[in-house]
Amino acid sequence: MQDQERFAMDDMKPENVQEPYTTHLLHYYDGTSRHVLVKDEEVPFPEGKLIVSRTDLQGVITHCNQAFVDMSGYTEEELIGQPHYILRHPDMPKAAFKDAWDTAASGQKWHGYVKNLRKDGRYYWVYATIILNVRDGQPVSCTSVRRKPSRKQVDACIELYARMKQEEAALMKQEVR
Amino acid sequence: MRYVMTVSPDFPPTKIAGWYIFNTWLQRQLGEHIHLELYQDFASQRDAIRADNIDLIYANPFDAAMLVRERGFVAIATPINISDEAIIAVSADSSIHEVEQLQPGTRIATTDDPDVNLISMIMLEPANLSARNVETQTVDTYVLVAKQLLQGKADVGFFLRDAFQGLSRMIREQLRPLVRSEIHVIRHVLLAGPRLQARHDDLRQLLPAMTADTKSNSVLVSLGLQGWELQGQEDTEFMIDLMDTLVD
Repeated sequence: MQDQERFAMDDMKPENVQEPYTTHLLHYYDGTSRHVLVKDEEVPFPEGKLIVSRTDLQGVITHCNQAFVDMSGYTEEELIGQPHYILRHPDMPKAAFKDAWDTAASGQKWHGYVKNLRKDGRYYWVYATIILNVRDGQPVSCTSVRRKPSRKQVDACIELYARMKQEEAALMKQEVR
Repeated sequence: MRYVMTVSPDFPPTKIAGWYIFNTWLQRQLGEHIHLELYQDFASQRDAIRADNIDLIYANPFDAAMLVRERGFVAIATPINISDEAIIAVSADSSIHEVEQLQPGTRIATTDDPDVNLISMIMLEPANLSARNVETQTVDTYVLVAKQLLQGKADVGFFLRDAFQGLSRMIREQLRPLVRSEIHVIRHVLLAGPRLQARHDDLRQLLPAMTADTKSNSVLVSLGLQGWELQGQEDTEFMIDLMDTLVD
């Protein structure tokens, strides 16, 4: 949530992603960038499970459960200490994440549908909830819980996020001019 | 001083005697007078908590938030290898084989068990179902939930996993689990209130050591537990945060 200068994450590695895939350059809120490799293949959310993680106030993963590890395709060791945007899919508009973190930082619960990118380039949709963890009146961390989403809501989000991405791209073009 | 212990009303009826045996054991170990008060339902237990009548509680995780954050209770221990998991079941001959087949107006049979209801409703979300577009029938026991399914009065039933597995074989064979939760971190927890503060450390020493001697171990057997493991306050806070994310 607080801006913090950090080292850029490594680019995604072609040896982890089966062809065919497309390459995208993602720019993150902290000023770093990373090349990600994306396949058009969905992995279904596991029945009956919750994906749980906790981050510090800078969005760095400090805890994740086995379902998180399994669905992300990374090992727990690869995830702990990494920014949560390690799972950012290029189809997700930046505004959705800004809304999530601004809402959680203000102490309110945020709900939303998120398309996540796995280590192997495939993706999975979740219905995510993020809350601020408060201890002795002080915010100390964030908990995020993802559950299986409704397909109807996901389909609606695919359209919405595509529109938001177009708007973001148009805005960037205007700024460049 | 006389203290009061209570148990989340969702414990299996076959374990009533076990909780009385545990209470007798605990009184002897602590040298304190502790009365075991069992409530028929969650509403009356919550009334007793709000009236500050409770000192020790084997609490449903749904109630842990109120106990810890509003009433000053502290986590002591949680049973080893037991988490609260839910099963949504249908009648064995039901045409429903996936949650996504369920439609608005689905008839649900359930008990007043709050965490089972919460977890189960979450497992219905992929079908676009919520409390607003289902018909819920709340009955007193899980056997009655099964009965509603078998009599065709409900389309799906919500069960605590252990309660489902505790149904008679004849009933179970007429039902079919549609989806099972695998959450692992939502657990009942033994919480002690502020009046018992001076004995919190004693409880933390006594409970995990119960497996060490034959007599205490037989008390655990009567409760259907393998043993107790200490539960840190942060572990409980984490569980409460997690529950909080699940409540709209």
